[in-house]
Amino acid sequence: MPSITYREALNQAMVEEMERDPTVFLIGEEVAEYNGPYKVSQGMLERFGPRRVVDTPISEASFTGLAIGAAMTGLRPIVEFMSFNFSLMAFDQIFSNAAKMLYMSGGQFPVPMVMRGPGGPGSQVSSQHSNCLESLFANVPGLKVVMPATGYDAKGLLKSAIRDNNPVIFIENELLYGLSCDVPEEEYTLPIGVGEIKAAGSDVTLLAYSRMLLLAAEARGELEQDGISVEIVDPRTIKPLDLELIAKSIRKTHRMVIVEEGNRFGGVGAEIADQVYRACFDELDAPIERVTQKENPLPYAKAIEAASLPSVPEIVAAVKTVCYHN
Amino acid sequence: MDPVPVKSSSKSQVLAFPEAETTPLSRSTLTRTHKQLLDDLGRDRLVEMYRKMVEIRSFEQRAEQMYQQRKIGGYLHLYMGQEAVAVGLLAALRPDDYVATSYRDHGIALALGIRAELLMAELFGRATGVSGGKGGSMHFFSKEKNLLGGHGIVGGQIPIGLGAAFRAQYMETDQISLTLLGDGAMNQSVFHESMNMAALWSLPVIYVVENNQYGMGTSVERSTSVKNLAMRASAYGMEGVQIDGMNLLECYRTMHEAVKKRRESPSPMLIEVKTYRYRGHSISDPGQYRSKEEIARYRKIDPITQVRRLLEELDWLGEADAKALDKAVRDEIMEAVKFAEESPEPELAARDRDVYAP
Repeated sequence: MPSITYREALNQAMVEEMERDPTVFLIGEEVAEYNGPYKVSQGMLERFGPRRVVDTPISEASFTGLAIGAAMTGLRPIVEFMSFNFSLMAFDQIFSNAAKMLYMSGGQFPVPMVMRGPGGPGSQVSSQHSNCLESLFANVPGLKVVMPATGYDAKGLLKSAIRDNNPVIFIENELLYGLSCDVPEEEYTLPIGVGEIKAAGSDVTLLAYSRMLLLAAEARGELEQDGISVEIVDPRTIKPLDLELIAKSIRKTHRMVIVEEGNRFGGVGAEIADQVYRACFDELDAPIERVTQKENPLPYAKAIEAASLPSVPEIVAAVKTVCYHN
Repeated sequence: MDPVPVKSSSKSQVLAFPEAETTPLSRSTLTRTHKQLLDDLGRDRLVEMYRKMVEIRSFEQRAEQMYQQRKIGGYLHLYMGQEAVAVGLLAALRPDDYVATSYRDHGIALALGIRAELLMAELFGRATGVSGGKGGSMHFFSKEKNLLGGHGIVGGQIPIGLGAAFRAQYMETDQISLTLLGDGAMNQSVFHESMNMAALWSLPVIYVVENNQYGMGTSVERSTSVKNLAMRASAYGMEGVQIDGMNLLECYRTMHEAVKKRRESPSPMLIEVKTYRYRGHSISDPGQYRSKEEIARYRKIDPITQVRRLLEELDWLGEADAKALDKAVRDEIMEAVKFAEESPEPELAARDRDVYAP
């Protein structure tokens, strides 16, 4: 099985789906002639031509709205946001139109489209380029939110997202683009809404997604030395959430820590904790701990940026807390 | 208060903006183009267009009454006064063309040929409504008629219509996307972004600004840096015209020519239609920012009266026949009300339906 990068896996997913279905096209800033701001769409213009790989002006609201109109009339657009921070310019189109069109039209107009691109903090890019927006998107009925952490997951889930008949928010991560993993050459898809146990364990369920899984894995290694066995659960999809998988893990471990890179108030972890409390209250031996970004806009300076984000020591400490481990 | 201060020398001007001239329809003043147009249309089509305008007026009057009787909830943005726009424009389209519009969508939906009963049922929030009772007044949708909505956020439909035009180009069809917006929507960012992309990519979208001269209570003069809104087309290298929207033949002629040209060679266009709404922005707006005199001036050039007079002059529809037609339409609208009243509300299970597509 060849080892390819997360970015190459995304590229393969788009290329394969565009080969398969002539109604799929890619639209966004710098996706064509520049070969993608992060080179995710490398070579796609050459392969599919400017009709299907479309460079846009810097007009996020309108090229997103254009894609919604195209989806309503039978195409399957992939919108690339150079960064999900820029999707904020298109929030009215995403919230008021993409998410609600099917419902308010009484089921007449589905909006089969993917909105993808990197989200979350990069490295020292300060406040405006570091938003974690998944909790906002997940709050809106009508949207699905997918956040894969590995190239394997990214490819299988992006192919499913492109085939899905709903607007799918597909949040990648700049710091994951260069990481490699084994990805099979033969065709496969992964279902949206199904998580995965990334590492088995018996003492505590550590839920993390996207880049936070790297920190979770590191924390797991440290905790192993203290004799604490950590099970890492990756929901892969924020919405719909694979509560069944999470509950199954908790029935085994009876303890839970949730890590998210975004802010604490109204975060994804708050929703997951609520769902877990309602589904498995009697199973829990300790209150759920959350590790999140602090409640400040992300700063530029390296040290205070790091101090604002979830860290391995914080995760280790949270796991020890729920395990009552001194 | 006039939307634009009218200079003393131009007091006789009926429209406050001098750019679009108004000559109410009359056999004696018909232009050569309009005569030709009438020949092409023929009696039956013109009568049908008249009928459609009466249907819209009648529908809106009844909707207003039903709202006052609390049978309709939410917002209600009425179309009275703008009938020539919907009917004139849509008569020039093919059934496979696309239409997207704002929340003032009743007239457009009726002009598209959606049955009044389905629209009234939607206003009543019934399962039989054109959007299953989930959209209401602002969100009429019809897959069958390619109506891409009624949109509630000012300007939200502007890129949606662009997307339908993009699809036509992508699939290499000669379909047109007609996207309507109000004068207030011209100051939303998506208007400028979409105009730019439409021109940049030569997309077959016709943007029609229904300039009824007020965005809610704010006149165009107080919100917009230019008086002639069609001028904005030039900023994007696009064709733009301003026309008299009280005149059915002008609306039809302009759209007919615009569509014909674009079927052969796709390009976008901006049409500013000077029109007027007799009612406030919505049902809850008494419209106190306008004078009685101003409304009366427009009543004098009422779009329906103009066509009716012309039909009489042409001996295409006599007074008695016109009255009979008006009554038949009113009866139909009453039937639509009856249909709505007798229709069931959506069942509770409908609440969770169509949140996600299978």
